[in-house]
Amino acid sequence: MANNDVALMAHLMRRAGFGAQYHELEARASKGYEAMVEELLNPTEESHGMDLDLGERYFIEWNHFIRCVPEYIAFRMVNSYNQLEEKMTLFWHGILCTADSKGQSQVTENAQMDMLRRCGMGSFKELLLEISRDPAMVYFLDNCLSHKESINENYGRELLELFSLGVGMDGKFNYTEDDVKECARAFTGWTIANAIPGQPYGRYSSQFVYNPHDHDNGEKTFLGETGNFNGEDIIDIIVKQPATARFISRHLYNYFVADEAQVPSWMDTPPRDPETIKMLEDEYFRSDYNIRSMLRVLFNSDAFKNTKFARMKGPIDTVIGTLRLVGDWTTPKPGFEAIFEEMKHMGQEILNPPSVEGWHTGKEWIDGGTLLRRINFIADHVGDVGYPGIQSIVEKLAAEGPTMSPEGLVDGCLRLLGHYEVTEQTHQELLEHARKSGDLATNTREFPQKVGKMLQLIVATKEYLYA
Amino acid sequence: MTSNKKDPVLVVLQMTGAYDALNTFIPYSDPHYMDHRPVVNIAPEDVLAVDDKVGFHPAMAPIKEMYDQGKVAVLQGIGYPNPNRSHFRSLDIWHTAEPEKMISEGWLGKAIRDLDPNKENILTAVNFGRGLPRALAASGVSVASVGDLSNYGVLTGMQGADDRSEALDIFARMYAPMIGTGPVSDYLSQTGLDALKGADILSDAPKTYSSSVEYGGSPLAQWIKNIAQVHLADFGTRIFYTGVNPGTFDTHANENITLPKLWGDVSNAIADFHEDLKEHNANEEVVILLFTEFGRRVVDNGSGTDHGSGSVAFMIGDAVKGGLYGEYPSLEPEKLDSGDLHWNNDFRRTYASILEQWMGLDANPILGDTYEQFDLIR
Repeated sequence: MANNDVALMAHLMRRAGFGAQYHELEARASKGYEAMVEELLNPTEESHGMDLDLGERYFIEWNHFIRCVPEYIAFRMVNSYNQLEEKMTLFWHGILCTADSKGQSQVTENAQMDMLRRCGMGSFKELLLEISRDPAMVYFLDNCLSHKESINENYGRELLELFSLGVGMDGKFNYTEDDVKECARAFTGWTIANAIPGQPYGRYSSQFVYNPHDHDNGEKTFLGETGNFNGEDIIDIIVKQPATARFISRHLYNYFVADEAQVPSWMDTPPRDPETIKMLEDEYFRSDYNIRSMLRVLFNSDAFKNTKFARMKGPIDTVIGTLRLVGDWTTPKPGFEAIFEEMKHMGQEILNPPSVEGWHTGKEWIDGGTLLRRINFIADHVGDVGYPGIQSIVEKLAAEGPTMSPEGLVDGCLRLLGHYEVTEQTHQELLEHARKSGDLATNTREFPQKVGKMLQLIVATKEYLYA
Repeated sequence: MTSNKKDPVLVVLQMTGAYDALNTFIPYSDPHYMDHRPVVNIAPEDVLAVDDKVGFHPAMAPIKEMYDQGKVAVLQGIGYPNPNRSHFRSLDIWHTAEPEKMISEGWLGKAIRDLDPNKENILTAVNFGRGLPRALAASGVSVASVGDLSNYGVLTGMQGADDRSEALDIFARMYAPMIGTGPVSDYLSQTGLDALKGADILSDAPKTYSSSVEYGGSPLAQWIKNIAQVHLADFGTRIFYTGVNPGTFDTHANENITLPKLWGDVSNAIADFHEDLKEHNANEEVVILLFTEFGRRVVDNGSGTDHGSGSVAFMIGDAVKGGLYGEYPSLEPEKLDSGDLHWNNDFRRTYASILEQWMGLDANPILGDTYEQFDLIR
């Protein structure tokens, strides 16, 4: 297996998944890059490779998804072979945001995550229809409080601002306040049965209901078109706008390729890589708004392949990626709460974006507290040579020969973490540290400890903050 | 006031989850109170009355004692325009002092920038808890954010003191800024080095501290103890922030059982803190702001209370002018705001009073407007 192929697969799996151990990278790379992209793009219920049945018996709440939904989601992120499917679910949940802090109904939120898993790589038009009918969303953005006599603009506004068009593009606004009102009018009557907060009677699921008696049947003018529009018509109009193509393309770029400017500044800040954005926009229209087709073009592009380590890992990337690297949580066990505490301390909670705006990304993940938390969490894991993933790194290095040079140790650790690249300055520091111990005999009891310490230093670098 | 008095220090205690204002500072003689609260109430005879109308929850006896000594200001009817009943949005509003739109900088973050414009002290503000509250966030401002003071630092899990000390040297060199690597890399360098330096200084605080006060075992009590330790270590910290975990005071159910325990823990921690400062002759230097994100529904739900509006906040300290501020919102059914208390006391009045009268800052640029102040500080 050529190193380049494994390095490229490591890149793909960091972006289209939550990273992978070296042997998994080799196995995936052996199938060929494009074939692996196809495999990731076309997950099936059979191919996830998880023993969810065991999970259900262990976490009995999984049977009804009353509680422990974050545990379920995290378990899938760690263990699903269909890594892109889980990564896309998180992608959409960071854009089409709902938050458990308001909904307080994990059964409803789980239904939404299922929908995102099912529709996240299909037609964007279908996805907008589904999210507009999603009970967690209808409740979260108060569309159930929007009536033909008194509209609530919340959903109408966020659908345009945060879910599809964006505020503006190339310095111009994409819609007016009147468009917001007309959009909200068109979605009146889109409501839910069984209001969500279960207190004090307990939680139960809710269903989307279309109530024609509460729908505003009057004529509406939206983005320059006039008619007796219902919600479906509004979505038809939204998806054909160039602004929607731009908005989705920039989001995909920011999530999979490189950190972009924060979303609220997109009206005035042009894309970092206009050519790639143009390519994605073209594919959006060519494929009839198909997300899978956009992702295929993206992952197979040179722009993607050549942009390694340009994206700051988020806390979920960091925590799940670390668990996958060391081989923890491959089966259900107690103590997931502590893992969620870690994500929370680092600034991101599964099911709880801080607002409907989603998570801010890039350098905004990092402050003094979150940085230390992140470094210490990863270092505590990679420094524990009892973990199977770390043992496997030690064994692979030991298999290279009876002694290991300082250069061999540094470069071997960087490689087995997934072909990490560091600056010359960082490389020198790591090397100087390794040189203090000189050549190491690989069959000693001290050798795994030396490897663990080197891994701890590497994960503390600025470079390791990136994926 | 002594001549060697140190710079004034603000401690903010965030009671996340939204405590039930009606059962915290209780309008016990209002006939509507018991009508609205058939189940979730405090019997009027148990209320620690401050006058013939209102009084503290019985578990807040230590706070009531300080009130009697004139050290507690009660900010009644506190809230903000267009009350939002979402925990996160409401907290966000308290953090950014901006109810109308989403902004990213916190009111205390801006205050830190004004207190230390040249970033001379990386410990001007210290947060204890999980993650950095947006109140402390502002671009270019470093805030030390500590989960566990006894274990705060870089690579704290690394085995072997010599190895760790070498690793920290390497860390410092790897995070040294390099010319031409761009603003993000510069930011990471700065954050990494500040955290390393801050941790180094902070880790000394518990070593130099001794006190006869024994704090309770709750995370909040321990964080308040950490605040005392760091304050008494004289690192020049002007703003401390901590609070209870998200959802703690969110008493939708079983409020009669949980609220006494919660207020007992919080009140004891505050009283211990006050004792501790007094023992070290530092009680004049610190004031506390204690707040929550919103009030709770006036009518109980048979077990607890749901999300509402119109709350109560407290300022506590020797330098505080004790007493009642703002008006207690009416409980008359026709004067409620869709079943909730009508706020009458914009929270930014309190912020402005603290910033100007206590911190000595210009409140207008921080809050974006001028608000009528209370005369809160001695």
